[in-house]
Amino acid sequence: MKTTETIACHECDLLYELPALPEGSVARCSRCGAVLQRHKRDSLDRTLAWTIAGLILFVVANAFPFLALKSGGLVRETTLITGILELYQQDMRSVAVLVFLTVILFPVVQLAGMLYLLLPLKVNRLPWWKPAYVFRFIRTLQPWAMMEVFMIGILVSMVKLAKMAKVIPGIAIYSFAVLIIALAAAAASLDPHLVWDRLELDK
Amino acid sequence: MKEGFATALEKSLVSCHSCHLVCQGIAVHGKGEMICPRCGSVLHQRKPRSLSRTWALVIAAFIFYIPANVLPITTVISLGHAQSDTIMSGVIYFILTGMWPIALVIFIASIFVPLVKLLILTFLLVSVQRKWQWRPKDRTRLYRITEAIGRWSMTDIYVVTILVALVKLGGLATIEAEPGAIFFAAVVVSTMFAAMSFDPRLIWDSMETNHE
Repeated sequence: MKTTETIACHECDLLYELPALPEGSVARCSRCGAVLQRHKRDSLDRTLAWTIAGLILFVVANAFPFLALKSGGLVRETTLITGILELYQQDMRSVAVLVFLTVILFPVVQLAGMLYLLLPLKVNRLPWWKPAYVFRFIRTLQPWAMMEVFMIGILVSMVKLAKMAKVIPGIAIYSFAVLIIALAAAAASLDPHLVWDRLELDK
Repeated sequence: MKEGFATALEKSLVSCHSCHLVCQGIAVHGKGEMICPRCGSVLHQRKPRSLSRTWALVIAAFIFYIPANVLPITTVISLGHAQSDTIMSGVIYFILTGMWPIALVIFIASIFVPLVKLLILTFLLVSVQRKWQWRPKDRTRLYRITEAIGRWSMTDIYVVTILVALVKLGGLATIEAEPGAIFFAAVVVSTMFAAMSFDPRLIWDSMETNHE
């Protein structure tokens, strides 16, 4: 094993010879304050656990109605996809596609990608198909998966609709709430540097 | 931690954009591009054409920002009566009905954040081009904030999606999305791309050339 590693701050380009960090510590750039590296506890295990939890919750969140509207004896339920389809039919295709990508496709691709990488690494194997490419791809998608923003959208809509009719939260809304916690925890426990190291070592 | 006194640029090293491996760029790709040996992405000393790309996206976002705020984003049709709402009229409606926390959330996410983000990026672009020496650490921090807050502006787009689905199903009234929503989505997407294409290392590059 290498004792030190050369890294450059990705925000100001200053070079460092970084020793292996003790668990739970953070190295910051002394010039601009950016985080250089963070050694997280049980990073792979924790991220894997949260990812699996996230995938299960994702299925529940999309399969069940998340809001129901009750007015004059009528109850209408909606799932996430109905809103997107409705927008699409109203000729708001670009917006419908954007919503589909940011709250359905990108989050699920990210979760599935992490599972694909972490499961083999957990048993000390290398994922069989282009692991570096997959990891790079899901890192690029990261800012575009916006489940947590969608949750704020749900809350605002509930308040907005409360005047018009009775709004009943469905099962999916609770799984959404837990899902964003799982996603945040998975992102917080992931140590990309460690994953790159593991992918490289096994080459 | 042993602190380096040189930047990767000065030592002719390249830090990979996606996996942060410091490379000397041995492997050469087809068009003379260097490829990161670890993750396979194309290596650049700095993000390619960072300033012109960021300027283009920022200017585009400023242009989209106008119709996004002037045009209605939704129309509520109830018992033959249609009422169109812009982002601002939605905020005012919430203030008038006493729901000021929601008014604040929408105002911050939809009006304040996109504008602040565009102003910060413009400021950073000008400061890099003019080679200002003013507080590089704080300017890097401003960049970090810009990058982090952009996605929250999507809130209003999601609200429209949910309202359109639920109220249509309700039967009593219908809510239709209006073109303002398209422009608003365009603002969010272009500012996110703008923040990604800006390279904060440019702030520090001009500091170094002036010291020597």
